[in-house]
Amino acid sequence: MSYDAILKEYPLPPSVKQEIKEELERLKPKKNVAKKIVDLCYQAYLSNLIEPGEAVGIVAAQSIGEPGTQMTMRTFHYAGVAELNVTLGLPRLIEILDVRKNPSTPMMTIRLLPEYAKDRDKAREVANRIEATHLKDVAEIEVDLREMSITIKPDREAMNKKDLTIDELREKIEKSIKKGAELIEEKGIFVVKVKKDSYKVLMDTFEELKELVVMGIKEIKRVIIRKEGEEYVLYTEGSSMKKVMKVKGVDFTRTITNDIYEIYEVLGIEAARTAIINEAISTLEEQGLEVDVRHIMLVADVMTADGELRQIGRHGVAGEKQSILARAAFEMTVNNLLDAAVRGEVDYLKGITENIIIGQPIKLGTGDVELIARLGVRR
Amino acid sequence: MYPKRISAIKFEVLSPQEMRRMSVAKLNNPETYDDDGFPVEGGLMDTRLGVIDPGLKCKTCGGKYGECPGHFGHIELAAPVIHVGYAKIIARLLSGTCRECGRILMKDDRRDKFIREIERLKALGQSYEDVLKEIFRITKAAKKCPHCGAEQLEIKFEKPTSFYEVIDPETKEEQKLTPKDVRERLEKIPNDDLPAFGLDPKSVRPEWFVLTVLPVPPVTVRPSIILETGQRSEDDLTHKLVDIIRINQRFLENRDTGAPQQILEDLWELLQYHITTYFDNEVSGIPPARHRSGRPLKTLAQRLKGKDGRFRGSLSGKRVNFSARTVISPDPCISICEVGVPEEVAKELSVPIFVTPNNLDFAREFLRRRESPKASYVIRPDGKRIRVIDSNREEIAEKLEPGWVVERELMDGDVVLFNRQPSLHRMSIMAHYVRVLPYKTFRLNPAVCPPYNADFDGDEMNLHVPQSLEAQAEAKILMAVQEHVLSPRFGGPIIGGIHDHITGLYLLTRGEKKFSKEEAMDFLRAVDLSEIPAKEEYTGKEIFSFILPKISIRFKAEICQGCAVCKEEKCENDAFVVIEDGKLLKGTIDEKAVGAFKGIVIDEIMRKFGAAVTRKFIDDMTKLAIRVITRLGFTIGIDDEDIPKEAVQQIEETISEAEKRAEELIKAYREGNLEPMPGRSVEETLEMRIMQELGKARDRAGKIAGRYLGMDNSAVIMAVSGARGSMLNLTQMAACIGQQSVRGERLTRGYAYTHRTTSHFKPMDLGAKAKGFVRSSYKSGLSPIEFFFHAAGGREGLVDTAVRTSQSGYLQRRMINALQDLKVEYDGTVREQTSGVIVQFKYGEDGVDPMKSFRGKALDVKRIVKEVMGVKE
Ligand SMILES: [Mg+2]
Ligand SMILES: [Zn+2]
Ligand SMILES: [Zn+2]
Ligand SMILES: [Zn+2]
Repeated sequence: MSYDAILKEYPLPPSVKQEIKEELERLKPKKNVAKKIVDLCYQAYLSNLIEPGEAVGIVAAQSIGEPGTQMTMRTFHYAGVAELNVTLGLPRLIEILDVRKNPSTPMMTIRLLPEYAKDRDKAREVANRIEATHLKDVAEIEVDLREMSITIKPDREAMNKKDLTIDELREKIEKSIKKGAELIEEKGIFVVKVKKDSYKVLMDTFEELKELVVMGIKEIKRVIIRKEGEEYVLYTEGSSMKKVMKVKGVDFTRTITNDIYEIYEVLGIEAARTAIINEAISTLEEQGLEVDVRHIMLVADVMTADGELRQIGRHGVAGEKQSILARAAFEMTVNNLLDAAVRGEVDYLKGITENIIIGQPIKLGTGDVELIARLGVRR
Repeated sequence: MYPKRISAIKFEVLSPQEMRRMSVAKLNNPETYDDDGFPVEGGLMDTRLGVIDPGLKCKTCGGKYGECPGHFGHIELAAPVIHVGYAKIIARLLSGTCRECGRILMKDDRRDKFIREIERLKALGQSYEDVLKEIFRITKAAKKCPHCGAEQLEIKFEKPTSFYEVIDPETKEEQKLTPKDVRERLEKIPNDDLPAFGLDPKSVRPEWFVLTVLPVPPVTVRPSIILETGQRSEDDLTHKLVDIIRINQRFLENRDTGAPQQILEDLWELLQYHITTYFDNEVSGIPPARHRSGRPLKTLAQRLKGKDGRFRGSLSGKRVNFSARTVISPDPCISICEVGVPEEVAKELSVPIFVTPNNLDFAREFLRRRESPKASYVIRPDGKRIRVIDSNREEIAEKLEPGWVVERELMDGDVVLFNRQPSLHRMSIMAHYVRVLPYKTFRLNPAVCPPYNADFDGDEMNLHVPQSLEAQAEAKILMAVQEHVLSPRFGGPIIGGIHDHITGLYLLTRGEKKFSKEEAMDFLRAVDLSEIPAKEEYTGKEIFSFILPKISIRFKAEICQGCAVCKEEKCENDAFVVIEDGKLLKGTIDEKAVGAFKGIVIDEIMRKFGAAVTRKFIDDMTKLAIRVITRLGFTIGIDDEDIPKEAVQQIEETISEAEKRAEELIKAYREGNLEPMPGRSVEETLEMRIMQELGKARDRAGKIAGRYLGMDNSAVIMAVSGARGSMLNLTQMAACIGQQSVRGERLTRGYAYTHRTTSHFKPMDLGAKAKGFVRSSYKSGLSPIEFFFHAAGGREGLVDTAVRTSQSGYLQRRMINALQDLKVEYDGTVREQTSGVIVQFKYGEDGVDPMKSFRGKALDVKRIVKEVMGVKE
């Protein structure tokens, strides 16, 4: 017997329907009993609904802000992966809500396509393609001041480990030095000769070559391979979603970064909203703080409501308020007033701060009710 | 009465004509008072601008001090002066318009395209700052005017108010533009070009940015104060205005007498300086104007800005009457919804009675009373306030009739708002019912400490008396304590048992303890029960059941040790709670059952029976627990941390072993035999491994100590039941304090040149002792070196807390500012009120109130199923 027909009659949220369905299928009650259960659930649902006029924004802000005082400040050595440093606690929460373009500890979780995920060597292969390998990691580099040249001795073993060929290496070096110098190859050793007779040019070239990325993605400083359940997963220090998604073997549908702005740029606003929610929840949960998802969802929705990712604060949601008085009361009081005058702005006094300032009842909760009793008329 | 509302406020720039029109007096006298102490006419305290002396009358409106709101005056400036606040816009306008014809340096069609884009963004309520920047970039780069063909010169803006024109691009020769030159150029800019610079031609003309007239605020906004010495001390604004008038007059005199150009220019500069600092005394690039004492003056911008400025300090947050503040102390005998108010406070605060035919006699009664609560004032319908004293009591009582207001003293049963700062969430202000009590502190039930985050080490709290019937009704219905038992943050209880409540119930309900009839009656004395079955002996569980409403619930208690397979009812630890139909059958009541934040039982009662029953339960539960713990006795002393010799021995061995292992690791590292962990350097690996070893050693030491302390130990009881403290605290007291750390690492800093923490160690010592491992316990005491390391670790904690409070406070303020205008509409959507933007189509995707939710879930499906089907799990 299917209970779907009964459930279909009630406009309950999908998650609730699912739970009721599971319970019913477990206990298999008769149809009329099932109907009673669903009906009672619906009644309970209706009584649990939020009331119109409720100041959900303030409640959300308080619910996230209040536990802030209980959070720690330190950067911890682990969050599942002991080898990586990850910013946690209050600094991370602030980072998320500020939409910092360069988070202090960018990190990616990369999952692989089935043919790579099962095999450690295959996973290693992908990791090599992602992890930035600098020239200094695969070769010995020295400056010869007398000859005005730089000698590069490739380390065969290191190169084999990284699956890098001499030809590829040569190509990278050639590309890097361009016109300023020439590349000579003798017995497997590269010599870079600077054309201009200048120590500065020589040393600059030397520094550049040392940091030359010969393989992998510049932004990804380290890759760590971990087995999770049946599959190998790559964790990275540093993040570059755009580049990683293109790497062969990466399952880009299951690859994420903790850099929210990057998600916004690469995957769009809806993905950014989800990322904000996930990151905020995991930050709070890691600290052992219980905060309802609805509050976090609301914050994420405010930050993404107009299609652009806006931070909470002066350069975002709070700074773009329509009301001049509200902006002036928040930050940069004088500038806000001067600018408003020049633009001939009008404050329509619809928000909270404005009405508090001029001493009018606010349009929230009981202040929003327009029903008025006429006094002095008695029956 | 339908309350009137202001519909909108428009912001514009004042024109010189407007300034003159609103002025009641032209001021040109730098003197303020004459020798007799009267305001000088044409001076800054001119009585036409209003009065601040009680004896004088305003010459403009005739009002006395307190009646006249004050009136603006003005100063006619002898020479035009740049307004600092608009200097940046002036710079944009100068570089963006033609120096000859004043047109924007851009073809008309292009300008119109930009203006249309600005209009579009404006309509959407989005920022158009980027468009303005783009226009500025384009116009600034223009070399030739597209309208008249005149060559353009580069304009240089030097903060705060100077403008130069580069007259020779080769030699970079510059020529200063006087405010007069600037004003002439701005005058030429046509209205049609203004929107491209972000200016609204209906509200502003650019030449108004260069002042020719200066409005003078009324004396009432800058009152002088009389010092104790009888000397008059003027307001900072008056000081500044005196300077402006003085220089202005001197400029006029010098010009009339034909003084040299240089002198005039210097005076002009000086006038500019005074007016600039009059507007903003924190402008970068010029020294702030100072008071004689050296203190920088607080001028217009400083009055508005910042936390204590007009906006945040006087308009968003206001000082109020009908409030009280004092130290708080606990009183387990009053209900959670009550607050003990000192008699002294109750006498001072008042509640209005709005007299109607129905309550006329009730109100009279207060007027006739001679002891509290008595009436303190009456307000007649004409607004006159009369103090009620013993001599006029009867007379007023006779005269009293509907329409009067009687202000009576606070008394039992009045509703008041109680608040503790920082008010981080809505439970920081709740409505309590007054209990007037002797002594001088506010009393509150300890069960309401968690929402206020209050303790009694000297905390103070505020109390407010709502003055209208609407406010009182809202307080009772929406703000009452029992309405806030569940937190909207996570949908669980935030009010519940703490400390002794939990210990008391633990002692009562654990195991099958039997209590005599007398004991049982004593425990239950404070609780209001109508019926108790007659028995000679009661178990603790039975006694607890007496106060329990009829709920049924099963859960693991806090003391559950997390056995691999839970034996449920058969748990030998009595850690599985079974309540059926209001009877506690199995399990121990502890933090998990009745604690604030966790309290599953409280949660269940709230959902099933609502706020009133929950309030009663919490009241009863706390009273019962306190009586139990008082009667049974519960104490902790330093000898509670004593552990037998063999335990000390074992702990010693464990730690020594760990230290030895650390030494081995160091040896391996020195010899280059330490294998680095993936992705880590050898040094990092060594540190992590040592930390691990020492951490494990402390845990083991704690386990050993815990074994010997046993479940009868008071400290252990508190730790396992969740009343106070943790097993870690106990470990540190009895066994070993463990590794001290700074920034998550072992202590490393100290003598940098010899690489050691203190001079007690050899250079480069990496051992446990040398890097902050404290092997002593708090009981045994720390060695001086350990003490030093401990202090270093402790300091980080203090700094951390200090930094965190300020950071999270700012985060909270920003979030409130960003989200405060969100509201659930009648259609279930969440909208931003000022812009009307829909933020969510259905609040939280399911429309459920987090407070009413079942710990985040929309509803408790399982309970409904259970209730309907009547099955046990
Ligand atoms: Mg305190
Ligand atoms: Zn007046
Ligand atoms: Zn022109
Ligand atoms: Zn158990």
